[in-house]
Order: sequence, then C-alpha cells, then structure tokens
Amino acid sequence: MKKKQRLIMRTAILALLIVIIGYTLYANFTKDEREAARVGEDAPNFVLKDLEGKEYKLSDYKGKGVFLNFWGTYCEPCKDEMPYINNQYKQFKNLGVEVIAINVGETDLAIKKFAEQYQLSFPIVVDKKGDVQHAYRINPLPATFLINPEGKIIKYYTGPMDEKLVKEFMEMIKP
Amino acid sequence: MKDVKCECGHVNPLGTVICESCGKVLIENESKKLLDMRYEGSARRSQTYNKTIVDKIWNFFSSVKVGVVLIVITLIASAIGTILPQEMYIPKNIPAIQHYREQYGWFGELYYRLGFHNLYSQWWYLLLVASIGVSLVICSLDRVIPLYKALKNQRVTRHSGFLKRQRLFASYAKKLNEQELSFLKEKLEKKRYNVRMENGNILAEKGRFSRWGPYVNHIGLIIFLFGAMLRFVPGMYVDKVLWLTEGETKPIPGTDNQYYLKNEDFILEFYDKEKDKEVFQEALEKAGNIVKNYQTNVVLYKQTKEPVPGAEPELEKIKEFKIQVNKPLKFDDYALYQVDYRTQMKKMTFALTHKESKEEFGKIEIDLNNPKEKYDLGNGYSVQIIRYFPDLTFNDKGEPMTKSLYPNNPAFIFKMITPDKPEGETSVVAIQETVEPLGENDYKMTFQNLEMQYHSALTVRKDHTLWIIGIGGIIFMIGVIQGSYWNHRRIWIQQINGELMVAAHTNKNWYGLKREIEAIFKDTDLPLPKDQLNSEEQGSSEKGVNSVG
Repeated sequence: MKKKQRLIMRTAILALLIVIIGYTLYANFTKDEREAARVGEDAPNFVLKDLEGKEYKLSDYKGKGVFLNFWGTYCEPCKDEMPYINNQYKQFKNLGVEVIAINVGETDLAIKKFAEQYQLSFPIVVDKKGDVQHAYRINPLPATFLINPEGKIIKYYTGPMDEKLVKEFMEMIKP
Repeated sequence: MKDVKCECGHVNPLGTVICESCGKVLIENESKKLLDMRYEGSARRSQTYNKTIVDKIWNFFSSVKVGVVLIVITLIASAIGTILPQEMYIPKNIPAIQHYREQYGWFGELYYRLGFHNLYSQWWYLLLVASIGVSLVICSLDRVIPLYKALKNQRVTRHSGFLKRQRLFASYAKKLNEQELSFLKEKLEKKRYNVRMENGNILAEKGRFSRWGPYVNHIGLIIFLFGAMLRFVPGMYVDKVLWLTEGETKPIPGTDNQYYLKNEDFILEFYDKEKDKEVFQEALEKAGNIVKNYQTNVVLYKQTKEPVPGAEPELEKIKEFKIQVNKPLKFDDYALYQVDYRTQMKKMTFALTHKESKEEFGKIEIDLNNPKEKYDLGNGYSVQIIRYFPDLTFNDKGEPMTKSLYPNNPAFIFKMITPDKPEGETSVVAIQETVEPLGENDYKMTFQNLEMQYHSALTVRKDHTLWIIGIGGIIFMIGVIQGSYWNHRRIWIQQINGELMVAAHTNKNWYGLKREIEAIFKDTDLPLPKDQLNSEEQGSSEKGVNSVG
C-alpha cells in the first residue's frame, strides 16, 4: 500500500516536471515563428509602394496566385534568378499568376538601375522600414513565398532557383 | 521489501542505518568507529523500489553524484559557448553557417553544427539546465522527508551504542538526583536549549531549523529556474535592439507595431577641460577625450489603426523624452535603454573639376541613402550616376558589387557631361581612389566634403519574470543564512545501568559546542565529553570532520 502510494507520488511529480520542461522546449522552438509567416497559414497582408509611388496591397490579389520574391541588388543568386522569374512571369501572367518582387530597402537608384539592366516587367516594391521582411521572417536572401489564390502560403523557398524550378513553382499557384 | 522493526519497537523504513527513535545502529559499518550522522542515518533511497521505470528515473536523479556531473557538463558547455561569438553578434548579411566556416574553418563549422553558436536556445542545453532542476527537486525530496521524519521521531532515551559512537562522549559511574537534573535543565534552557526529559534522561536540542537551510536554498533555486523558464512564455519577456538614425521613425520591436519611435537627435558630449570641474583635469589630460553623455532625444508614438506591414502608420504622439545611459524611457511594461551608437556617412560632396585648369563647374551633394540619378550643374554641365555601390567589394569574377545596403564604403560610377565632351567621360570613384576605365579623362570629380550622421541603438526590454527571479534569489539567500549562521546542536545526558553517559552532536562548529558544554557543566561534577575523533583517528583533518556533520 505504502509502496503503491510512493509510486503514484513519484509518477505525479515526474509527470509535472516533464510537462513543464516539454512546454519550455516547445515555446523555445516556436518563439521565432509565433507571429511569422508559416506554410499552410494565411500570408500576412502588406502594403508597399513601388518607385513611382504606386501602392500594392497583397489582399487585392485574392483569386490570383502570388509569387512573392524578396531580393537585393547585393545578393548574387538574386541576380541569377531574376531573368528566369521575368521569363516565366510573361508566360504565367495571363494564367492568373502575379509576381511581386520586394526589395529589402535599397536606394531608388540602385533598384532602378537593376530593373533597367534586367528589363524586369513585374512590379518591384520597396520595404524601406523592413517590417514586411520582419513579418515574413526572411533570412537569408533570396527568399520566395508561394501564395495560392485563397491567400495561403503553400511554400517557402530560400536559395537560388533555376528556370525549371520557377516554372514548377508558378504551376503550383496557378488558379 | 519489509520495513525494519528495531528492538525499541519503532518501525523504520528499509535502508535505515540508525533507528529513527532510539538510535540503535541497524546497518553496521565496521570500518568506522564513529557514526555517520549525515541525514541522521535515514533511508534516503530505497533500492527495493527499483522495479518500475518511474523508480529507475527517480533513483537516477536522486543521486548527488549525478547532480554534480550535470552541473559540470553544463559549465563546460557554457564555457565552450564563449570561445566563438554567439550568432546574435555576427554580421547578418551572410548565412551564419557560412560566417563560421569562413572565419573559423572546420572548428567553426562543427561549432555551428553542434549548436554552440546559439547556446541558450539549444534543446540539449535547455535539457541540461532542466535536468539540474529535476535533480534539485528529487534530491531534496529524497533527503528532506526522511530527515524530517528521523528528527521528529527521535526519542529522549537512546540506545547506548548510539551514544558511545557519537563524536563527543564521556561516561562514568554516577547517579543524578532530581535536584541535579532540574539544575541541569535550567542551565540548558538558559543557553536556549529545548529540553525534554524522560526517566531521568535528558535530550537538549537547539537550532534544528538550520538543518532545513539547504532545502530552503534549493526551493529558492527552483523558483529561480522557474522564473527563467517563464521567459519563454509569450508576452513575459522582450529583449531586442532598435537601431535608429537621426530623423528616422521605426516601429519598436516586440510591440507588434503598436508603438513607434522617432530619433530626433543623438547627442554625444565629451568632458571639457575648460568648463568641467578642476577635479577632472588630471584624468582628462591622461586619457584624452572622455564621453560625458550619450543621449537620444526621442518621440514616442502609438499606432491608432490596425497595423499592416509596410503601410504608412497613423501615429499619435504620446511623449517626448531624452534617453540617457541608465535613464530609460518607460511606457507600459517596456523600457528603452541607450546601449550603443555608430557613426555612418550621410552625404558626400564632389566638385566637377577640369584637371588642367583646376576650374570647378559646380558641386554635387550626394545623399548616400538616396542618391539622385542625375545632377544638373547648368551651362551644359551635368553629372550622372551610372552605378552606386554603398558598400563596395569585388566578387569572384573581380566585378564591383555591394556587400550590403549600408553606406560603409561608398563607390560611384559617374558620367561627367560637359560642353566639350557631350557624350560624357566615365569615372569610377571610391574612397581615396579614382579609376578611369575608358581612357584618360579631361575632367574629374574632386572630393570636397563628407557629412556624418549618428545611429543610436536602444535596447527594448520588458520583463515580467524579474520579480519571480528576485523572490527565488531572496529565498536562496535565506536558505544560505539559515544553514550557515545557526547550528543544530544536541546534548544527551543519560543514565544506563548506574552509568552516566554524556554525548553531543552538532552539524558544524564542534569547537563552539565544546565551549558551550563547558559553560553548562561548570558548576556540576559532570564529566566533559571527550572528542573521540581526535583520540581515534589521529591527525585527521577538519575537513573529514565536517563531512561527518
């Protein structure tokens, strides 16, 4: 009887300790993603301006697939993949896929020269304050989010893409 | 499996070394003449309850050796974590793994792979600290409960074997009468002893509560650890850094874009030999420039609508404040501290100059954070910026590129258009360096002036766990004091078969106990108990003595 009681006591104390430790580990693992954009969830809305001052709002793109690309002129792989995105954008534009390229907050001059050099035809917006980058927790560049017509993030991809991969991605979000 | 019944009739748990009640030795340890009085010889871990997995885990953590090993491993891991810089202190422009590999080679890569780059967030590190916590809880429970029972159950009349094997002991043939007994009782009580009598035997005890000191101390530690754990709970703890350039307004991190802060002005003041008090003269002459004040004048705003990232916030001014070192701006549960500053290039001025005649045709002022594409100087003179590299470096192919978006090392490719060269001349201008890639030019961009600006770094802090950690610390100290400044002392005076036995025990400070007994026995003919440790184990060190206590 006494032995049984002791076993119950020990089990209860150990269980309590395991619950507390388990929660701590869980909270630690999720602390960076708590409010961040996550695959399977709604893409955080944002409003950003392009170089001409035109506003782009993500929530206006419901019903279309959005290929969201974060880039900088100082990021070498960004330079490589931009022409691929540009090519595929021309193919998929009429199929309901939009590209929004978010620059990480460089000078207008740098962005303009870059866009001219690569003849980019999709909208380029600038995240001057960095709060969209914060909301999407991007690190490092380049980073691409695929947002389906319902506004959910279906993929987060970081690293350089080749043209085949860009095409594959756009297929995934075609309405 | 069964409990052990002593000849005095008391039932002890299995594994008990000394009977809780009468003190008869139940498990003999022949190698020692004196009794090991630690935990009163109670059964602190019963090997018989080792059947289930729960008992096995319990017994593992119940070992002090295991606890010490856990602490040592954690110490070593923490020490290794200081060899290379933690992730938060390395540049953010390349992936962390790349930084460690490039800077520190295979060791850096291993360091990263094992997670030492971000030690406090590693699952294995948290598990180590948590295991120390578990060890504390179980070690304490397994010792404090049997100890409490043993001290509570102790009888006045003890087994002669128990008395004889106490460190302080004496015996001789004598019988105490009622008068002598009550005189002794009075003297003991004067020394604040708690005296119990039974059949002409005396047990005098004081300072028992000092035995709980270590356990109170452990409770404090556990509360402390619990407070540290609460930092992982959302909303309890924020510790972030906000970099603000003069004139810039940014959301305050950790507030979900609810609050914005504007840096109106950053002030860096130095002590002035002329103006400041004479006392500082010598120090100032020795050390040169010494900073008197770091200050950021800020405006705090609150967002009035639902925040959307990227959108222009609608802000309501709350207050203006001058943040100085140790004078934080406090609002809600947050505090903003001045923590760092940095100077950065803001504007560069160049003059378009004819090389031979040194004639200037106008100046251009370039905002390094927002350069214009074209600067018109009139009369057919203009300057275009073909490329701008805020942070110049060269890639693998030797091409110029920018390392980051911050103007740390600005460089330009200019096209200078003049009436005599209408198609323009190209010039590459970096700091202290000009290259003319398309042949010798007639004109050049002469560097004129550089304007700097300050970035101020503020720590954003919110901490709801501090009071819990504080309480843990206070309880910890109470435990230390309780265990250090009081001693648990017991004196047994017993008459067995016409023989008078005197024995005494303390958990520390044997000298003090001896002096006290001397004072109590002064006007009696009772024998002073002898220190058996000195007579039996000659030359044994004081250290060994303490381990018995």
